[in-house]
Amino acid sequence: MSSALKKHPVAIVVYVVLAALVVWLFLALWPHWLVALIGSKKIFVNTIFNGVTLAGLYFLVASGFTLVFGLMRNVNLAHGSLYLFGAYIGYDAADLTGSWLIGVAAGFLASALAGVLLQVFVFRRMEGDDLRQTLVTIGISIVGADLMLAVFSGNTYQFSIPPWIDGAIATPIVTAVKSDGSSVVMMYPLYRLVVLAAAVAIGIALWLLLNRTRIGMMIRAGVDDRAMLSASGVNVHMIFAIVFAIGAGLAGFAGVVGGTALSIAPGEDVRYLLASLVVVIVGGMGSIPGAAIGALLIGLAEQIGLAYFPTYGVVATFVIMVVVLAFRPQGIMGRPA
Amino acid sequence: MTVLDTKTLGQNIAATGRRLPLDAGHLLTGIALLLYPAVASPFFTFQIGAYTLILGTIALSLMLLAGYGGMVSLSQMTVAGIAGYMIAIFSTNTSGVMGLGWPWWVAVPMAILVGSLASTLIGLLAVRTAGIYMIMITLAIGTAFFYFARQNYALFNGFNGFHGVNPPTVFGINWRNPVAFYYLSLAVAAVFYGIVRYGQRSTFGLSLQAIRDNPRRMRAIGFDVAAHRVVAFFFAGIIAATAGVLLVWFNGQITSGTIDVNAMIDVLVVAVVGGLRKPVGPYLGALLFALLQNFAIDLIDPERFNTVIGGVFLLIIFFSPDGLLGLWERMKTTTLNKSLRPASRRSRGS
Repeated sequence: MSSALKKHPVAIVVYVVLAALVVWLFLALWPHWLVALIGSKKIFVNTIFNGVTLAGLYFLVASGFTLVFGLMRNVNLAHGSLYLFGAYIGYDAADLTGSWLIGVAAGFLASALAGVLLQVFVFRRMEGDDLRQTLVTIGISIVGADLMLAVFSGNTYQFSIPPWIDGAIATPIVTAVKSDGSSVVMMYPLYRLVVLAAAVAIGIALWLLLNRTRIGMMIRAGVDDRAMLSASGVNVHMIFAIVFAIGAGLAGFAGVVGGTALSIAPGEDVRYLLASLVVVIVGGMGSIPGAAIGALLIGLAEQIGLAYFPTYGVVATFVIMVVVLAFRPQGIMGRPA
Repeated sequence: MTVLDTKTLGQNIAATGRRLPLDAGHLLTGIALLLYPAVASPFFTFQIGAYTLILGTIALSLMLLAGYGGMVSLSQMTVAGIAGYMIAIFSTNTSGVMGLGWPWWVAVPMAILVGSLASTLIGLLAVRTAGIYMIMITLAIGTAFFYFARQNYALFNGFNGFHGVNPPTVFGINWRNPVAFYYLSLAVAAVFYGIVRYGQRSTFGLSLQAIRDNPRRMRAIGFDVAAHRVVAFFFAGIIAATAGVLLVWFNGQITSGTIDVNAMIDVLVVAVVGGLRKPVGPYLGALLFALLQNFAIDLIDPERFNTVIGGVFLLIIFFSPDGLLGLWERMKTTTLNKSLRPASRRSRGS
């Protein structure tokens, strides 16, 4: 600790000041000049909360995307379709059984199964031809989007949030003080916090799986050198199928979870595909921590853009991508190709 | 392996050396295309003929990047769309937003210039990475521009876009007329086809193809790989932007739907289905696309057009990665081999 302080004294002071500033922004009552400058505290805190919870959702989608990319060098442009597919199947299952949890499980399993089928019947046939694999995923996403439109129509679906995670809870953040001295506490939807918690839990689980288990070791070895892993007697096809199942399943899981927080409609596949693309470009392709950082940056940028510069919100996302590409073409956590 | 490479290279040089810029096939195709409006109805001249030529030219810009440069860019429709938006902004439209009213001889070059500069910028960002990364980055850039154009009302008039953008009346000819517009599209397509075809054998074209085949070796012998790729994006930008201006005149309007993800992918589908090896490929793909778009609705539910076009795309990728051109050449080699079989057997024996 003291050696770190000696090495980068200025940087550490800057970090401490920034952290203190963030804590102050959330906990203190805002003075009038600050409200005049950037609007009410309630909007600000809400925007940040929305940004972070949206980041959780983006992380769920993008982590599967980046996992598949890292191992198989295959840009799965049908990832958005897997998101939407999981969401629709999950909706039908939840509607049929009346249980939201069964819907979540169905969404995960349906997309995971679709992913395994894709791997076994499509990608294995054109192994080593990355470009062709990527083109195939484009074709699948075109056909998939159109068939889903045919089956599920263009309507917007909305899950009903189960009662035990519905409603708003009070946060310890005081947004204003009334004239009689009582303070106004910010309320926030419990469900969105649950999404964030789920994203964090899955992130940790993925990290443990990759770094602390035997299969994770094989996956990491496959990312580094596919041919060598195969030569040492590991069934690489099995590993590919498992990774594809996890990646696709996470997209389906995110479909149900995200469909509950927002809604499901045609076109969402493209939205989440774009989010995954930008998140992994920014965070670094093939890296789970990179996906977390990228998701946080993009989620916050999108919500801040939406709240403060409505028609230029997309530009903020784009600028982040351009800046990262200009200085670190391989992404923040990516390794040079 | 190396022996094989030199052999195919020799064959390629022989093949390109033998072909003059204007061989019989091109001459006949040219005459047929010139006479086409005389035999076709206005619908076929405009909706099939002109549309094929415009879409094919946009796909030609992708063929230049992917076929010669090995760079698959999904943002060619975005470049065309940027030029299209610019022509709507610089000239006149009936949407009541922007419409600076510049004369056509200022507005058209400016629109093409802005489009090709945008393409250069996309290239600057995208060429820092290679291969499949480029697909991701160009798709992300294109999608971001689509959402931006849809949300921004001040500059791009948001969801509604611009309507009533018509070609000017020049030399007393109303270029909105189907036959006149067909010849305009044909002229543009022919010029770019010629340039791209000739460019294959130019110094720049040859270095670009060498970079596609082995960037490390080219870097080692002193070529600036990134600069060549960016310049290729600039040239492709000029082609796509010019076709983009024509596309707006063809539709009479441009909205965010013109540049959405489906449209971006359609360009790739057209180029891949036609074949990325030769400049004629994109036009073949565009013809098939235009025919399917107009007549598939007679065979199946019009709502399911995307399933048909996606299915055709998948079939082509699975069975003929070189597209329709590849199918054609495979047929040609089979028949050629049949007629040559005794001769080849003799040569092997000796």
